[in-house]
Amino acid sequence: MSTADSPVIGVLALQGDVREHLIALAAADAVARPVRRPGELDGLDGLVIPGGESTTMSKLAVAFGMLEPLRERVRAGLPVYGTCAGMIMVADKLLGGREDQETLGGIDMIVRRNAFGRQNESFEASVEVSGIEGGPVEGVFIRAPWVESVGAAAEVLATYDGHTVAVRQGNVLATSFHPELTGDHRVHALFVEMARDHARAELAPGGRGACVTAA
Amino acid sequence: MSSTSPSTTTPETGTARVKRGMAEQLKGGVIMDVVTPEEAKIAEDAGAVAVMALERVPADIRKDGGVARMSDPDMIDGIINAVSIPVMAKSRIGHFVEAQVLQSLGVDYIDESEVLTPADEVNHSDKWAFTTPFVCGATNLGEALRRIAEGAAMIRSKGEAGTGNVVEAVRHLRQIKGEIARLRGYDNNELYAAAKELRAPYELVKEVAELGKLPVVLFSAGGVATPADAALMRQLGAEGVFVGSGIFKSGDPAKRAAAIVKATTFYDDPSVIADVSRNLGEAMVGINCDTLPESERYANRGW
Repeated sequence: MSTADSPVIGVLALQGDVREHLIALAAADAVARPVRRPGELDGLDGLVIPGGESTTMSKLAVAFGMLEPLRERVRAGLPVYGTCAGMIMVADKLLGGREDQETLGGIDMIVRRNAFGRQNESFEASVEVSGIEGGPVEGVFIRAPWVESVGAAAEVLATYDGHTVAVRQGNVLATSFHPELTGDHRVHALFVEMARDHARAELAPGGRGACVTAA
Repeated sequence: MSSTSPSTTTPETGTARVKRGMAEQLKGGVIMDVVTPEEAKIAEDAGAVAVMALERVPADIRKDGGVARMSDPDMIDGIINAVSIPVMAKSRIGHFVEAQVLQSLGVDYIDESEVLTPADEVNHSDKWAFTTPFVCGATNLGEALRRIAEGAAMIRSKGEAGTGNVVEAVRHLRQIKGEIARLRGYDNNELYAAAKELRAPYELVKEVAELGKLPVVLFSAGGVATPADAALMRQLGAEGVFVGSGIFKSGDPAKRAAAIVKATTFYDDPSVIADVSRNLGEAMVGINCDTLPESERYANRGW
């Protein structure tokens, strides 16, 4: 059972660095748990889509009936945070992907896969993220995507070398880089706060949670 | 919100975090041996997280005999161009020039592999000297830690490649996990002697004792041929699996590859493993490891 103080946040556990996100979310005072099946999405106040291989995640989501339930949750306003492959999954459009690659969507943006290059070009650099206090975060970019362009509703939170690498639109957050690999949990704390706000709104009188209870 | 200010710091490539972090992204996935761009596409379609580009799968290396070397750069380029997922390739143990060539080709990971004929019977390559990360095989914890000390950013238990027999994979993974569990019970005084016994640097031994796991990702390799084999290795503690000859030496590679991917994700759900195991066609024939002469055991290569 979620409380507004400790929101329950799922980490999509089809493939990728699930463990690191579970640890980072717990450190940011969320109750974190892996989710692989549609039924496990019930009761979540937020969902993280981890780093990994986006083609693999997308195929497994289709094969195990997760794609539509996930899309419904995103449309209904569930807070979602995607890192790297997760950023690709919440993009409305892809470049450099396979033509048949399915995404959940959620942010009106075009994301280019592996835009920063192959593994030899993977890098670390400091990145200033709008809304994160206390100085730049350590950006770990691994075969990372960048955001080619965003729609009017999306807010660019960070750029690196002229490329957009962090975006928020409503309750959906995405970064090209991997805060879960650094031990610096400020980006996760920002997301946990988004989930907390969402949980409070749902529990508030007149909120959706309240309506269901009344009925 | 305030406008964002672009960062100006110099990017650092080839750091331990970037190399080890790459392997973290492969977790829960299947890495498949492929010998042609067509096979690479089949692997990608099936949901592989990466492919290992090589000229001959281990089963054929066994059959053909002779010296097994790094693959033709043209063949590796062909596979890199065919897929969007990461591409790995193998160098011989200690053959750091093959590794330099693979790095210049832009492969995403180098496997310093006992499946190829070793080039040096004493020394492995100095893997810190490379931007491209390395994965290395190990049969026990000491071997794994020696490879990590040399700069390996990912470890795979060796198993016995090209046999289609999971028995050695189980032996090696159990050995590594068992030795880690034992270290957990040691006090600080005992860790020095443990390091000596393991023939591994004390600092790494201490780190493993504290973490209760290797400081890098641990996959399993060498003998996985079925979805149930892959799930077995996951339940025994592997964070993902390499499948070599098991896929493209079977009757229906595309179907078997997809089944092994699904079983690797739902490794703890027997009903999923049962479903994906139906009507897969012929598995690779396989070799009984106890009839394999010592000289033909790849796992003995590496020190």
